[in-house]
Amino acid sequence: MTKMTQKKKPLFLSWLQLRKERALLLVAIAGISFADVLMFLQMGFRGALFSSAVEFHNSLNGELVMLSGRSRALISLDRFSERRLYQAAGVTGVASVSPIYLNAIQWRNPENKEIWDIYAIGINPEHQVMNVPGVEANREKLREPDTVLFNLGSRREFGAIAQRFESGESITTEINERQVQVQGLFKLSPTFGINAYLVTSDVNFLRMANFRRGGLIDVGVIKLKPGADVQAVLAAMRLRLPNDVKVMTRDDYARAEVAFWNASTPVGYTFDLGVVIAFIVGAVIVYQILYSDVTNHLPEYATLKAMGFRDRYLLIVVFQESLILAALGFVPGTLIALGIYRITNIATMLPMAMDLGRVVFVFVLTAIMSSSSAAIAVRKLQTADPADIF
Amino acid sequence: MSNLPETPISAPSEPTISMTHLNHHYGQGSLRKQVLFDINLQIDRGEILIMTGPSGSGKTTLLTLMGSLRSIQDGSLSILGHELFNASKEQMTLARRDIGYIFQAHNLLNFLTVYQNVEMALEIQTVTAAEADTRIRNVLTAVGLEDRMNYYPSDLSGGQKQRTAIARALVSQPKIILADEPTAALDKKSGRDVVEIMEKLAREQGCTILLVTHDNRILDLADRIICMEDGHLVNRSAVDAIVQHPK
Repeated sequence: MTKMTQKKKPLFLSWLQLRKERALLLVAIAGISFADVLMFLQMGFRGALFSSAVEFHNSLNGELVMLSGRSRALISLDRFSERRLYQAAGVTGVASVSPIYLNAIQWRNPENKEIWDIYAIGINPEHQVMNVPGVEANREKLREPDTVLFNLGSRREFGAIAQRFESGESITTEINERQVQVQGLFKLSPTFGINAYLVTSDVNFLRMANFRRGGLIDVGVIKLKPGADVQAVLAAMRLRLPNDVKVMTRDDYARAEVAFWNASTPVGYTFDLGVVIAFIVGAVIVYQILYSDVTNHLPEYATLKAMGFRDRYLLIVVFQESLILAALGFVPGTLIALGIYRITNIATMLPMAMDLGRVVFVFVLTAIMSSSSAAIAVRKLQTADPADIF
Repeated sequence: MSNLPETPISAPSEPTISMTHLNHHYGQGSLRKQVLFDINLQIDRGEILIMTGPSGSGKTTLLTLMGSLRSIQDGSLSILGHELFNASKEQMTLARRDIGYIFQAHNLLNFLTVYQNVEMALEIQTVTAAEADTRIRNVLTAVGLEDRMNYYPSDLSGGQKQRTAIARALVSQPKIILADEPTAALDKKSGRDVVEIMEKLAREQGCTILLVTHDNRILDLADRIICMEDGHLVNRSAVDAIVQHPK
């Protein structure tokens, strides 16, 4: 098409209208950004909660996990006899089994001598039990008595252990009145239930947690032979074992942990409600702005109707305005949320991470929020009567 | 853009606007009040008609009916050969596209420039970009606003705003122009200028003008003057009396 026969480009009325009213535009952008930041934060906390809660689970080096029949979550465990784990080792397809002891024990901050509960993981130092680089590299040092591996990125209440260790200092402190020495560092994020972890050998664990009996374990890790049918092994174990223990895949173990936090604690609900409230706040702000915008321009809209514009044209203008506002508010909202994620991560060590799925989800929510507000605001358009303008 | 079939202007017997036995009421039940009584009026193509009469006499109601802005309740009204009695909402909307409106208040879109306000009228017409630009510039030059094209209405005087509104009404080359007190908000000089521009452009385009006004200074521009009183069209001799002896 040559320039001479090109159809006239339509005027971008919605944008021209928004652009002319800077104050209104800024308020709208601020309001939508605020709603987006709130939504991102709620989802960020919720995501951090769940991803941190299952870091331990996902680190286990085995396809199957054995737990007491009464265990619910990492902070709600029950013990079972390790004999059950060795029974399971007899099932065809199993390569090896490994017991894990878990318990909160009292860690004395070597700097100010305060006592804080730390979550101790007791593993067999001869086995590769956890796929965590720091644990794998240092586990053989745990053969020595009274040695521990400390949690990189744990909260500062425990003392600046990681920094001091990395600078070559030898760190000794007291656990349950035993002198222990830090032999290495590993990384696991704190969760909403656990402030920090500590990894030690099963033998050392029972010395530090002298209230625990050897042979009563918390988690059993079961590694299968390559090519073994996971479901078949699982079925065979369930047949052979009494129901005081349960066996599940590692993924189901992680899912059960998430389900526990989501359904059996107020945490999941709280954050979901936060998202809903942010959505409503945003919708009300957009509605207020679009409603007053439509009201202010009612004579103009009536004029357009009198000129022969269809109602549909005006509806599209208002919906376009709502989507422009959504897009303009979303960008600063996302950037601010990224900043707050970073700050929260530094302050709390929670793994606050943005992922593309969440960005898309919040954008869709913002668009729905704005256009549903527009849908209510356009009802006012019906009152633009072209017969009234003469 | 209009989906109406080609208007049979060629038939000389067909008036541009034709109404017979037109009645109109406002309100419901016991508050129902008749505002137009048995109006019969034919307006020919190219005619410039001025309608006068005291306020509340039904002039504006008649204008909104002719402009397809209000539904016809009783009687017949056809514009450009299309009957508006029992017309659908869509038919009424499409009928408006053949009419240029000039209002007492200019009713410009404040967030658009002069150029864009005029351009709005072409949004519902099928024109090429080049033709649209030429027409907008020509009409703005004709109303003397060629150096105000990128101004916003808030930066214009009352007369300039009204001239923009006239440019907007004329740019789509409508066959009918309906104007309601276009000079009411203007001083004597700019009021006269505005109407003269309207008349000149309308004569060039051969369009019919119906002008409602109280302004005796512009009556001489009319081909015909009609007068409304209490919802009735009064006869020609009575109108002459008013014109010759304004109260």
